[in-house]
Amino acid sequence: MDPGYLLQQTINFLTIGAIYALIALGYTMVYGIIELINFAHGDVFMVGSFVTLTVLTTLGGTLGFDGAISNPLLLAVVLIVTFLVAMAVMGIVGVLIERFAYRPLRNAPRLAPLITAIGMSFILQNVVQVIWGPSPVIVPQIIDVHAAIRIGDASIRYLSLFIIALAVVLMIALQVFVRQTRLGRAMRSTAIDREAAMLMGVDINTTIALTFFIGSALAGAAGVVQGLYFGNTVFTIGFQAGLKAFTAAVLGGIGNTTGAALGGFLIGFIEVASTVVGFSRWSEAIVFSILVLVLVFRPTGILGQQLAERA
Amino acid sequence: MSERPAGVRDRLGGLVPPRLRDALGRLPERHQSLTVVIGMAIATTILPLVVLFPPFNGFGTQNDFIDGFATAGVFVLLAMGLNVVVGLAGLLDLGYAAFFAIGAYTYAYGASPFSGLQIPFWPMLIVGAFVAAVFGILLGAPTLRLRGDYLAIVTLGFGEIVPVVFLNADKYTNGTNGIGGVYQPELPGVGNFGFGHPLPYYLTVAAIVTIAMILLYRLQDSRLGRAWMAVREDELAAASMGINTVTTKLLAFAIGASTSGLGGVFYASKLSIVSPDQFGFVVSFTVLAMVVLGGMGNIWGVAAGAFVIYEIQSQGLKQLNSFMQGLNVPPFHLGPLTVDLASINFLNYQFLLYGLALVAMMLLRPEGLFPSRRRRAELHDAADAGAANEELVQA
Repeated sequence: MDPGYLLQQTINFLTIGAIYALIALGYTMVYGIIELINFAHGDVFMVGSFVTLTVLTTLGGTLGFDGAISNPLLLAVVLIVTFLVAMAVMGIVGVLIERFAYRPLRNAPRLAPLITAIGMSFILQNVVQVIWGPSPVIVPQIIDVHAAIRIGDASIRYLSLFIIALAVVLMIALQVFVRQTRLGRAMRSTAIDREAAMLMGVDINTTIALTFFIGSALAGAAGVVQGLYFGNTVFTIGFQAGLKAFTAAVLGGIGNTTGAALGGFLIGFIEVASTVVGFSRWSEAIVFSILVLVLVFRPTGILGQQLAERA
Repeated sequence: MSERPAGVRDRLGGLVPPRLRDALGRLPERHQSLTVVIGMAIATTILPLVVLFPPFNGFGTQNDFIDGFATAGVFVLLAMGLNVVVGLAGLLDLGYAAFFAIGAYTYAYGASPFSGLQIPFWPMLIVGAFVAAVFGILLGAPTLRLRGDYLAIVTLGFGEIVPVVFLNADKYTNGTNGIGGVYQPELPGVGNFGFGHPLPYYLTVAAIVTIAMILLYRLQDSRLGRAWMAVREDELAAASMGINTVTTKLLAFAIGASTSGLGGVFYASKLSIVSPDQFGFVVSFTVLAMVVLGGMGNIWGVAAGAFVIYEIQSQGLKQLNSFMQGLNVPPFHLGPLTVDLASINFLNYQFLLYGLALVAMMLLRPEGLFPSRRRRAELHDAADAGAANEELVQA
């Protein structure tokens, strides 16, 4: 296989993997702190892509663009505004979901919050369907999708480089936050032992809400990336993306943020590789088989240290 | 606390006056099956008659209603099967439609011009249930060792993959178009079942539901049924009491799957066509909503819940549309929104309503509309549970 093609596919999988990784972080953080699979998380990502749509069309209406923006200063401003709005809105949505659907059931049997999570997922999908309609919609691609660096036969799009860089920056920021700050320490201690953390003066409710805020904001960022990269969205994308991102989180070791990032890129790799080999129709089945195999043979994932409960 | 065997009265919950409940409670256990047969016979007779009276007779012909009831019967079967998995064993299965699809495709492949085979319907009921159970075991065996929420996501994935497999394996399933012209059942004396007269289908599904219900009640009261509930309530304690938790959960999975497969065979024969898009996540979600709303763990509760929800979604919302149009309420303003009741298509809000209902039920009344006592005791807080137990002891 010629190196140019290989390089191009590498960039492809890194870009798709970045989206999965951003979503997987939310799954893994929430699971790490309250041991709940937040089924609504994939749909938070989906809503994020629709918020992006609204922000971009509103800004486009006032500033007069509909597609790629050539002025770099304007592009930077629009990008920053879009990311900030989408991340803030989705963060708040995440906190609200936690407040109303999960917090009242924190001491209930495990089945109860799982069922409300599935209910929330359907509520989000259907609210979006009512507001924005059931058909796929076009999102303005404000970064020129054709602008690319040519290296030999390969053309590397600036868009891809931007997305990969952004994901890496967000992940590093998350790591720094979790490891270096006081709130990050509260999150880690709550994840390890909620009651002990409470006795040490950690405000459990705020800490869990904060975890939901950060996880959902990252999913919101992934929603913006979805709009920039694919240029479209539909109310059903959250389901598949959520399943794949969850697989990524399990693959990397659930509860482990580094693992989720690694898992996201691995799933991106598997998806692109299966397309390259000609099995694109089966890529979902392949990802799902990987999920089952990992759960059976190495439930702790690649980087997970805690033993998954096998009782 | 002394544990009584789950008797008739246990299931009637709070709907029946205490005296009648006590009288029913004295019925020996062996009369249960008879109770189910009588109850189902009464329901089966009354339903087609009720629709002849207002307001129902304005909504459609009796034939349309019977046709709808026959399909509702499929969902009753599905809900009773999922109830074994979610309600009795406490395992969240989010890909339940996969087994429904497997049953339906088994029949479609075994009895249609597409494959050239023409196996009669009746033995295929057993075959479909068996094939679905095999897949249930194949999926469950590696994953049931894991904790419950992993199982939920694996079944979610499985439910997503099975239609994809049916879509892509066109050699055996005819891809997107699905398998059409599936043969309809035949019965000596009745002849061929047909589209025009749904009564034979209705009676068949009523019979299947009755048999399934008897078997499920007997299972629930058996050693296995007690093991399911023990695993649901405390897996570690159950394991320490000598219950093989993996086998117990696997059996719940297999029995749930086989009930779904049974429903699939009947559904394929009734619709006479199967295609991958009939078995999406929406079906799994609908059945889960039926089980949760009906009352997890209560067999007749989920059966009634499934029937009511199916009728609401197929008839009620449609009627609500025309009712709202008939009211002629002028559009009014609600904050920034303009609400025009006549133009709302309530069918579009069906899944939004299910989602809201699931969340609201879990928060406010986790035991469902028709609860089983034991489940209610488990799902409420410790204080409530204590009170419920006392109530049980005193009773």
